[in-house]
Amino acid sequence: MLKVTPLNRVHRALGARMVDFGGWDMPVQYAGVIEEHLATRAAAGLFDVSHMGEVEVSGANALDYIQYLTINDAARLVDGQVQYNAICYPDGGVVDDVTVYRFSATHYLFCVNASNTDKDFAWMEKVLAERDFGNVVLRNRSDEFAQLALQGPLAEEILARLTTVDLGAIRYYHFKAGEVAGSETIISRTGYTGEDGFELYCAAADAEKVWHALMTAGADDSLMPIGLGARDTLRLEMKYALYGHELSERITPLEAGLGWITKLDKGDFIGGAALRKQKEAGVPRTLVALRITESGIPRADYPLFCGEREVGVVTSGTMSPSLRCGIGLGLVASDCAAIGTQLTVGIRKKRVAAQIVKPPFIDK
Amino acid sequence: MEFPDELQYTEDHEWVLVEDDSVTVGITDFAQDALGDVVFVELPDVGEMVELGKPFGVVESVKAVSDIYAPVSGEVIEINAALTDEPEVVNSSPYEDAWMIKIKPSNPEEFNDLLSVDEYRALTEED
Repeated sequence: MLKVTPLNRVHRALGARMVDFGGWDMPVQYAGVIEEHLATRAAAGLFDVSHMGEVEVSGANALDYIQYLTINDAARLVDGQVQYNAICYPDGGVVDDVTVYRFSATHYLFCVNASNTDKDFAWMEKVLAERDFGNVVLRNRSDEFAQLALQGPLAEEILARLTTVDLGAIRYYHFKAGEVAGSETIISRTGYTGEDGFELYCAAADAEKVWHALMTAGADDSLMPIGLGARDTLRLEMKYALYGHELSERITPLEAGLGWITKLDKGDFIGGAALRKQKEAGVPRTLVALRITESGIPRADYPLFCGEREVGVVTSGTMSPSLRCGIGLGLVASDCAAIGTQLTVGIRKKRVAAQIVKPPFIDK
Repeated sequence: MEFPDELQYTEDHEWVLVEDDSVTVGITDFAQDALGDVVFVELPDVGEMVELGKPFGVVESVKAVSDIYAPVSGEVIEINAALTDEPEVVNSSPYEDAWMIKIKPSNPEEFNDLLSVDEYRALTEED
């Protein structure tokens, strides 16, 4: 039995094509992936991302626990700020990549990947049980929240019609609590598209009301509902990692280009020793951005070659709706990972030329 | 959804136009709709042999790669090279502009296994 979000009825009424996404019945497209992608870049798009999980961490020692659990330095957060972060295993493999919201010094919310929610929560409980952190309380609140993402250059203008919160005062990776269309909402200036925009957390029971209010408020600005298909192409054009592709229990954050969130000198944390060792030795593999220079589309698991030598594998790939050419991300041997390197992708029986380019793929 | 009466069909959602000495092949309206935006088409070269039920080419949507299967065995005598530059025609004109290959059939008995329009329509309604 597939899990459904509070907006399932809305998607079906809109005629969305529904797919099983990690056990969730989710819309993959409404009008079409390319049209939805371009609408998000040009105007605005509305996404149902209620499948994402939310885990609350609270208590006097919440920060000590989060510092040990995660790889980024959560002590740098101030109230109302969001941090991109990751949870690792002792060997440096990734449990999940997450965003951490700080409400106060003793109250945090983790937004986690949908299909990892149960795994993450079990891991977080295990870590909490194995050490005496003092006063820390974990709550899996995933079922309480709906989450909508409003993304695109017109996102702020559209959202401003439904709230009295001063949106201009919410900087990137910051949030405020306030009402949207009369419903209590966490308004977060974050996203997974590379566009300006917001992720809105409201009560599951309010999801339909907020969705319809947003669609109405944006009707004159060509606001469109966007499915998971375009969510994937939008994030790929930005080289944003997707768990299960660029990150996994067998890929470390250093290999995946997340050295910038891996704070090796912040003190003891799970995976720290393994990651420090890998940093010193040099990462064996590096995540690169690939642009196909011939005709063809790279896809996950296609092999990558440098000359005759097989040097790695594509982790995600698509036709870029913005560039109208094949793009992909791949993990390659670090000695072949320099920007400008010419590789080939094994696509069925052919070798198709590709170049390692500086991300993101589009100007942002 | 449109399924022209004069065509025959396969369970893999190809359409087939049987003429005197050639068989024209493409994918159906049902197939293009299920794929979504088609962004890449790969076809065999003229002169290659194709075999009943075996893949002869590939269509890719933004999200997925799908094989196209030969409805009959024979030699490829013509391909629609325009689809390489304009794969989106598969969505807009699956039965006309987006014909894919013409085959010189080697075994006319294989025609007996093709589906009529009514049989194919029934199949799409099951899915």
